[in-house]
Amino acid sequence: MTDIYMPRLSDTMEEGVISSWVKKTGDKVEPGDVLVEIETDKAVMEYEAYEEGYLVKQSVSEGDTVPIGAVIGVLGDSPDAAPAESDSAEAAPSTEAPAEEEEEEEAAPQEAAPAPSASADANGATRPRTSPLARRLAKEHGLDITTIRGSGPKGRIVRADIEAAAQEQTTTAGEPTAPPAREPAPAAAPQAAQEAFDDGRDSEEITVSNMRKVIARRLLQSKQTVPHFYLRRTIDAEALKAFRAQINEQLESTGNKVSFNDLIVKAAATTLRLHPQVNASWVDDKLLQHRRVNVGVAVAVQEGLVVPVLHDTDKAPLSEIAAKSRELAGKAREGKLKPQEMSGGTFSVSNLGMYGMDSFSAVINPPEAAILAVGAMKQEPVVRGGEIVPRHTIALELSVDHRAVDGAVGAAFLKELAEILEEPMRIIL
Amino acid sequence: MSVITYRQALRETLRAEMHRDEDVFLIGEEIGIFEGSYKITEGLLKEFGERRVRDTPIAEEGFVGTAIGAAMLGLRPVVELMTINFSLLAIDQIVNHAAKIYGMFGGQTSVPMVIRTPGGGGQQLGATHSQNIELFYSFVPGLKVLAPSTPGDAASMLRAAIRDDDPVLFLENLGLYNSKGEVPDDGDQVAEIGRAAVTREGSDITLIGYSRMAVVAQQVAEKLAEDDISVEVVDLRSLRPLDRETIVESVRKTGSAVIAEDDWLTYGIGAEIAATIQEGAFDFLDAPVRRVAMAEVPLPYAKPLETAALPSVDSVITAVKETLNAVGRRVG
Repeated sequence: MTDIYMPRLSDTMEEGVISSWVKKTGDKVEPGDVLVEIETDKAVMEYEAYEEGYLVKQSVSEGDTVPIGAVIGVLGDSPDAAPAESDSAEAAPSTEAPAEEEEEEEAAPQEAAPAPSASADANGATRPRTSPLARRLAKEHGLDITTIRGSGPKGRIVRADIEAAAQEQTTTAGEPTAPPAREPAPAAAPQAAQEAFDDGRDSEEITVSNMRKVIARRLLQSKQTVPHFYLRRTIDAEALKAFRAQINEQLESTGNKVSFNDLIVKAAATTLRLHPQVNASWVDDKLLQHRRVNVGVAVAVQEGLVVPVLHDTDKAPLSEIAAKSRELAGKAREGKLKPQEMSGGTFSVSNLGMYGMDSFSAVINPPEAAILAVGAMKQEPVVRGGEIVPRHTIALELSVDHRAVDGAVGAAFLKELAEILEEPMRIIL
Repeated sequence: MSVITYRQALRETLRAEMHRDEDVFLIGEEIGIFEGSYKITEGLLKEFGERRVRDTPIAEEGFVGTAIGAAMLGLRPVVELMTINFSLLAIDQIVNHAAKIYGMFGGQTSVPMVIRTPGGGGQQLGATHSQNIELFYSFVPGLKVLAPSTPGDAASMLRAAIRDDDPVLFLENLGLYNSKGEVPDDGDQVAEIGRAAVTREGSDITLIGYSRMAVVAQQVAEKLAEDDISVEVVDLRSLRPLDRETIVESVRKTGSAVIAEDDWLTYGIGAEIAATIQEGAFDFLDAPVRRVAMAEVPLPYAKPLETAALPSVDSVITAVKETLNAVGRRVG
C-alpha cells in the first residue's frame, strides 16, 4: 500500500481542492498516468502517478479541500486490496504526527526492519515529523516548527516547507517576492468572522475558492505594506485609434487583431525600457531593478482575478503580444494557467474601460512597483488652438510604490507613456 | 591521453611496474601460458619469463600463502584470483595472515602484496561465481580495498596498490573490463589511496557508488539531467580506508543521498555509507538515505531473473526520484 499525498504544485499553495478524480477506485495505474486534477490557489493542474499499482481508495471526495501532505488516496498491489485503517486516516492536518508506522516507500526496499513511529515526549505529546535539515533551518530562522505544515511523506516537514514559511515571515515584514504561503492559526479566524457578522444581518457563508483567499491576502498585504501614490493623465487617443485601425487592416488576413489594451501594454513595456527605475521592486530594504520587462495583464475570471504575465514584453512584436494575451486570457478563464505563466511580472496593466469606467485607482501587485489603470475611451470636448473640439480620450492612472519610485520619477514615466500613446508609431520603434 | 579499455589499462600498468621494479612478480592460476582467464596478463609470460609470471596449481590458499611469504621477504607479489568468489578458499591467509602480520609482530615486517580479483554478476556464471563479497575484506583492519570504476583509475590505483607496503585487495569487475576511458600516456599517475572522487557535480541529490555502480551512477545522472535534475555523483574508489569526508561534504550540500551497490543490501557496503552520512550530515538530511542493492537471493542463472535481481539504471532512477519527491521536488 502506498499513500498518495496532496502535492505542493506551486510555491504559494498550502491546500488543494480535488477537482476531479481521473482514476476510479479499482483502476490500474501506470507511472505517468494522470490520477487526479487538483485545483490550487492558481490553476487546475493534473497530478500524475509515479508508482505502479491500483487505486484502491479515494480518501478525499471531489470538491473537498485538504492541506498539502494530507492523504488523498491509496495505491495497492491489486484492484481489490483493502487499505488498512491506518492508511485511510482522513486528510488530517499534519501539525500532529500520525502515530503510524512509516509507509513502505520510506523503509528499505526488502525485508525492511520496522521503522520507528512518531515519537512522544514524556507528557505524551507528539512531535511533528520533520527532516533533520528542516529542523535545523527552522531554528536558524527562529520559526516554531509546530506551526508549519509539512508537505513530505506523512506530512513530514522538509526544507521546502521551512523556506516557504521563512519567506512568508519576511513577506509580512515587507518583502513581497511571493504571496504569503501560510498562516499560523488558520482554524480560528473564519469562525470568529462569521460570529461577528451574525448580528442581525442574516448572513450566509459562501464557500470561497483558494484563489479568492489568495486575492484577499495579497491585496491586504499590498494595501497594508505598500505606500501607494497615484498619478493621473488623460491622453488624446485619436492617433492611437487610427494607428490601431491601420494595423488591424494589415493583420486582417491573419485573423489576429490588436486591441487598445495590447497597444497600451506594449507602450508601457517600451516606456519601462526608457525608465528602468519604474521596472523595479522594493524587497526587504533593498531596491531591485529588473533587467527583464514582463508586463502582467489583469484578467477577470469567475472566481476573481488573475494576472497572466507576458514575458519580455518589450522585445515581443505587437502581433505576438496580441495573440499571446488572448491565449493567456482564455487559459485564465478556464483555470488552466500554469504557475510560470503567472509569475515573474515586473509591472501590471488593469483595464476597466469595457465597463465604461472613466478612471480608477488600482492596487499594486507586489512585488511590482507600479500598476497602470486604464479607463474607457470616450469622446470629450477638448480645447485645441483656442477651439473646443470633440476628441477621443483615455484616462490613465498610475499607482506607484513610493518606497521604490518617487513622484517625479513616476511622473516622468507617465508623461513619456502618454506621449508615446499620442504618437503611437513610437510604440513599435 | 589515450582512450583504452580497463583491461588494457591493467595490463599496461602491470608491465610498467614490472619494468620499474624487478621485485614485482605475478602469481596465479592460468596467468602465464593461458595468459589469464580474462586476458589481463596477455603477453607478460613471454616478456618477463616464468620466474616473474608464475602459474600455480588450483590451490588458492597455497599460492596466496606463498605470496604472503614472498612479500614478507621483500618481494612485491601481485596475485591474480580468477574471481573474488575463489578468495573464499584463501580467506584464512588473507584475513588471519596478510592483514595481521604487521601489527601482530610489532611491525617487524610488512606485507606489500596486491590481490587483484574481479567481482560482479550479470555474466550468467551462476550463484557461486557472481558474487560481490568485497565487504568481507573491507571489514578487516590491516587490509586496504580499492575498487576503481574507470580505466584511468584502474591504472593509477593499481600503481598505488603495488607501491603500497600494506596488503591490498584490488577489486576489478567483469562488467567493466571492456569499458573504455582516458588514461594518461606518460603513465606515472599514482592515486592517493583512501580518496573518493566527486565525478560529477550536482546540487539536488548525492548518488554514491563504486566499481560498476559508479558507472551506472554516471548514466543515471546524465539521464536525469535531461529532466533538469542535478545529481552529484560520488565514486568511492577506496572501500578501506573509506573517504568519509567527501561523502559527508557532498550530502551536506545536497541534503539527500541514494547509495547504489552491487552487493546485498543487508549489512552491505551501503549500510556503512548510510551510517557515515547520519554521523556526519544528520542536520543536513532532508530525506532518509536510500539504498539500492542486489536482491537478497543467490544470483539466478536464468538471464531474465539475473537481470531482475541486479540493480540497474532504472531502479536507481526510481530511488532518486522517490527521494526527491520526499523533499518536495515533484519529479514524476
